[in-house]
Parts: sequence; structure tokens; C-alpha cells
Amino acid sequence: MDAKKRDKLATIIIYILVGIVVLILAGIVGNILISGIPHLSWHFLTSEASSYQAGGGVRDQLFNSLYLLILTTIISLPIALGAAIYLAEYAKDNWITNLIRTTIQILSSLPSIVVGLFGYLLFVVQFGLGFSIISGALALTFFNLPILTSNIEEAIKGVPQEQREAGLALGLSNWKTIRGIVLPAALPGILTGIILSAGRIFGEAAALIYTAGQSGSTINYADWNPLSPTSPLNVMRPAETLAVHIWKVNTEGIIPDATIVSAATSALLVIVVIVFNLGARYLGNKLYRKLTAAK
Amino acid sequence: MDNKDKLKEVVNQAIADQQVPHVKLKKIGPSSVNIDKLTKPSKETHQEYWGKGLTYLAIGLIIILVVSIIGFVGYHGLATFTNDHVNIFHFLTSTDWDPGEGKNHVGAAVMIVTSFAVTLLAALVATPFAIAIALYMTEYSSKKGANFLQSVTELLVGIPSVVYGFLGLTLIIPAIRTLFGGTGFGILAATLVLFVMVLPTITSLTVDSLKAVPNHFRKASMALGATHWQTIYHVVLRVATPRILTAVIFGMARAFGEALAVQMVIGNAVLMPYNLVSPSATLTSQLTSQMGNTVMGTLPNNALWSLALLLLIMSLVFNFLVKLIGKKGQK
Repeated sequence: MDAKKRDKLATIIIYILVGIVVLILAGIVGNILISGIPHLSWHFLTSEASSYQAGGGVRDQLFNSLYLLILTTIISLPIALGAAIYLAEYAKDNWITNLIRTTIQILSSLPSIVVGLFGYLLFVVQFGLGFSIISGALALTFFNLPILTSNIEEAIKGVPQEQREAGLALGLSNWKTIRGIVLPAALPGILTGIILSAGRIFGEAAALIYTAGQSGSTINYADWNPLSPTSPLNVMRPAETLAVHIWKVNTEGIIPDATIVSAATSALLVIVVIVFNLGARYLGNKLYRKLTAAK
Repeated sequence: MDNKDKLKEVVNQAIADQQVPHVKLKKIGPSSVNIDKLTKPSKETHQEYWGKGLTYLAIGLIIILVVSIIGFVGYHGLATFTNDHVNIFHFLTSTDWDPGEGKNHVGAAVMIVTSFAVTLLAALVATPFAIAIALYMTEYSSKKGANFLQSVTELLVGIPSVVYGFLGLTLIIPAIRTLFGGTGFGILAATLVLFVMVLPTITSLTVDSLKAVPNHFRKASMALGATHWQTIYHVVLRVATPRILTAVIFGMARAFGEALAVQMVIGNAVLMPYNLVSPSATLTSQLTSQMGNTVMGTLPNNALWSLALLLLIMSLVFNFLVKLIGKKGQK
């Protein structure tokens, strides 16, 4: 076989492989949406999950997922921001920085179940917090920190060096330059990073089954006092999220409509993730244009 | 104190030496110069200390976190060997897993073999696809096509792992059941689920590696009369090999640590897999399904922590491999 024929053959094979992957993806997303969306009714979103009958909804799970997402972001953002500023602005190029980067890389590649079990050991058992939202949020923070840190670091590094020099030339301290000039300029990238990591938090389950728990408690949506045990805002109550719910009804649940419930919940999760992805891109572009006056 | 006196001297000297009469330095006078303010750190310096301190604190927290994860899991994982006197060699090679029965029934070989099997198979299936997509995106397609595939892979990353597990349960398992008989649960199902999950990881890193190959390499090869494929095969892929290997290892690390999706389709029976469609268990699936059924501090619980430690060690090994290849690639 001569070179030209080989070239053609290789091209054809590559096109076929790409085609297969696109088909697989279309199949996956299509299947999730087609089998799930018909069951995504208002009733499904606003009624309680049932433990043994058909027809349950995911109201509490949806609330828990959102609540955990917000708590996790609130806890992890300051830490990730600080660490990212350190890595992008202060860290010198030496072995200590290298060690720190390796540590963060290790954290990001740890299996989420190991992170979850560590959270179980530390918060649920050692600190006696039990299966609770706060344990779950802290475990998710561990899981989220390395990715958020590197996303923010990328965003900060993308700010041109001249802007820092301009700040320093005006007599501002390094810190003031970072706070007043670098961070605002990096804001679009930082926001995109936060939203993308939010998508990951929303779908995470392995880190949660032994920290936030696999069952819900009775929630009274009229009671917004965070200290009352039935309040939705109470951080000490056990909470099951959407992703954990899918896992639970498929492995241990006994409800007869497990497939329908999980199909609908999967569709809900995937839609939220798509919205997060598109939102991140849209917001990033829009803010970038606004802040840089680029067309 | 010494510095302050010197400073005072300098101020006095300046007033004595002044040549320009309309600047009334005398009016300010050495006494009204606030020496304290001049010798103490300025507001900016304070800000700088604070800001720097905050970032150090954040990075310190992350390091403490990683150290304590390794410490805690290591401590509990080693308890099987130190407190319960299980033989490490026995733990790694025996297929008898029934920790409730005593220390001679703690063998993790089934989980170890199955974990490695699904990881290697998934990487083996995913890598050709990943390289094909990456080549298509960097060498063949227009910018539009590349962007489209980029969003496709991003979407695949974003789909939660339980959703993959659920799809495996409702689509792949019944298909295997009709094709090969049996229950459908097993290594094959787990491999197929993991294939889709690691594909985007390997793809995006491979794309980066191909983009890093300088363009003049391609041009030089073309100028020598090589075909497109010859250029790709003999030049581009050769240069990118170390980073492609890194990409595959990252994919394997993800496959090895994936818990719920695998747990849903592997079958969860601690049996040595004699073929690809017999139910088995991986390290992660065993942890997920059994951790809630054991009591803290007992042998069955410690044995599970040993599995977690094994996972942790493998994750460190994957990291180490990546570093090693990175160093080799630089030479």
C-alpha cells in the first residue's frame, strides 16, 4: 500500500471514530432527555419523595442540592481565591512552590469516595456532627478546592503584566494592586471557573453518601429559622441530594417507579449542568466584552 | 533609637542647608516632623502583610488538608495490619473476603484485580477514540468543527457519574444480558461506562499535547513531501507521545477512583471474575456498598479502610507516574 492510500485510509478511520463518539454522545444526551423530560412535571418538582409508593417527587432533594451548592461555594471560594492569588502572584519559582503544586494536584486526583470517607471520619465521627448538611458541604469543599483554585489561578495569570506594573508605578502596594486591578480584570475568568465547578458539585454523589447522608428528614418550608430542626436552612439535618437520590433508588430503593424517577432526575441534573455550562460561557464572554471594550 | 537620632540629624541638616528661601522649612521645623510615622511601616506595607498573610493561610489550609487526608486514611487503613495482625501479603493475594469471620478471611485480591481490569480495559478502549478526536480537532477540522467537539467533550465531563451509572443500568446491562446471557453485571458493563467517562479527560489533554507541537515541524515534514498521515504519524504523534501518555494516565486515575457509576453496574459480588460478564467488585464499589454496614473500629471496618488506603496509594502512584513521564519528556 503506498503512502497516499495509507493517508486516505487513516483519514477515513479518524472520521469514523469521531463519528462514533458523536453518535454515542447524541445517544446519551438524547436518551436522558427523551426518557426523562416527559416525567419532569411540576408535581415531580414540588412533591416529596416517597419511600415505597410510586409517584414521588424530588422537592427536598432539589432544595438540598441547591443549598449544598451555595454553602460549598461560600466556604470554598475564599480559600481557593487566597490560594490562587498566592500561586499566581506571590509564589517564587522554587521547590516549595513545586511541592505545593504537587500537593494540590494530588488533592485533585484523589478519588471522590476517598475524600467522602475522610469527611465521614473527621466530621461525622470525630467531630460528632453526624450525617449533616455541614459535613457534606465541607467534604464537597475539599473535593472542589483544587479545581476551583487552578481555575482562578488561570484567570489571574491571564491578566496582562502591564496592568500590574501600572498599579505598582502609581505607588500602590502589591496587595492593593491585586485587589484593585488584577482581580477585577480576572473577574470574568473567575466567574466562569466558579460556575463550571458548581456544575461538578451539583452532580457529585460519592463524596456525599457518607457525609450528608442518604436519607432526608422532615422539612417544613414555612420555618426559615436556621436553628429549628425542621427548617430547610438547618445545617445539622441529614440531606439527600438529587445525585444521591438517583443512586439510592437504583441500588437500595424499593419504589416501583425507580426507573422513571431516576430518568426524570437524570434529565433534571443534565439540564442543570448544560445550563451551567452555557451560562458560564455566556457570562464570561459578556463580562469580558464589558470590561475590556473588545468586540 | 539610633536610627531616629540619625533621622533627626538629617532633618536638621536639611534645614540648615536650605538654599531656597521661599520654602519655609523652618516653619515645619524638626520638632513637627513625625519621626515615628517615618520610621514605622506605612499603611501600604501593613496592607501587604495582611494580604500576603491571607494567601499564605489559604495555601496552608489546603496543605494541612492533604496531609491530614493521607494521615487519617493511612492510620485507619494500617490498623488492619497493626491492630488486627492481618498479613499484608495475605491481604494482597488472597481471594477470600469475609472480614466478619476473622483475620484469615481478609483477602482483597478480587477487588484489586477487578479494579485494575476495568481501569486498563477502559483506558485501552478509550485511547484510540480520544486520539482520533484530538487529531480531528487539531489536524483535520475547521475551527467550527473543533469548537463543536470541544463543547461535546465538555458536556460529557459535566454529566454526573450517577447518571452514567443509571444509563449503564438501563441500557448497557440489558444489552449485555441479551447478547451474552447471565445477569449482565460485570467488568464489561463497567468498562463501557468508564469508557465514556474517561474519554473526555483523555481527549482534552491529548488535544493540549497536539497543540503544543510547533507548527514548523509539520511544515518541515510537508516540505519533504510527506503525506498528511505520514506527518501526523511520524512527526506530530512522536513529539506528543509523552504528554499523550500523561493524558492516558490521568484517564486511568479517574477510572480507578470512580465509585458510584461502577458500583451500579459491576454486580457487587466479591468473586474472582472468570470472564468479562460475571459479577465482581472493585475497591470503590466495595467501599461504597459496605462502609455503611460496618461498625467503626471493628475488623470488617478496618479492612474497608485498608481498601481506601489502597485507593489512595494508587492515586499517589498515578501522580508519580505523571511526574516521571513529564521529566522524561523534558529531556
